[in-house]
Amino acid sequence: MSLRDQISEIIDNEPVALFMKGTPTFVACGNSQRALTALRTAGAPVTAVDILPDPRFRQELSAVSGWPTIPQVFVKGELVGGADIVEELAATGELERKLAEALGEGYGDAREERVIALAPA
Amino acid sequence: MATEPLETLLQQAFPDATELAVVDRTGGGDHFQVTVASPRFEGLSLVDQHRLVYDALAAPLSDGTIHELRIKTKGTA
Repeated sequence: MSLRDQISEIIDNEPVALFMKGTPTFVACGNSQRALTALRTAGAPVTAVDILPDPRFRQELSAVSGWPTIPQVFVKGELVGGADIVEELAATGELERKLAEALGEGYGDAREERVIALAPA
Repeated sequence: MATEPLETLLQQAFPDATELAVVDRTGGGDHFQVTVASPRFEGLSLVDQHRLVYDALAAPLSDGTIHELRIKTKGTA
């Protein structure tokens, strides 16, 4: 599968996709950490994708999303934003409302962090 | 990069801004905090608001001048 298809599939299929620098256990950037912390605080079931292993990961992601910076958070296929927006939404409670609306009220019940690795095609 | 060229780009993109600030967060000339309040943001999602800021700063973002950009947008209502 092409890199772009892999990225699109993750965006479309994962309830909450976080494209970040590093992984949740080894975060390589302060902004990725801010987004991850905001999502964790809201109880989101995060699927993380590390964009650092290959520069093409980031290029293709930004080509798909039209968003120039990392991290990028998607909920059910929709771009929610980068670290600033996710943090702002978490602070106002809007993030939890958005998650409940998109994933159902019990979205946090099966909360589980996953990591998906992209394969250079 | 100094903050002035970024301020100029933002002023051109948001001539009606009621608040416009660019702060060099680290003093290194590549980590910036941008704050813009404009009536153009009214009714737009945060994603679309930030997209307008990214569009205004597309050149310094794409050539790597801006290493990190933090954005705070506000409507004016």
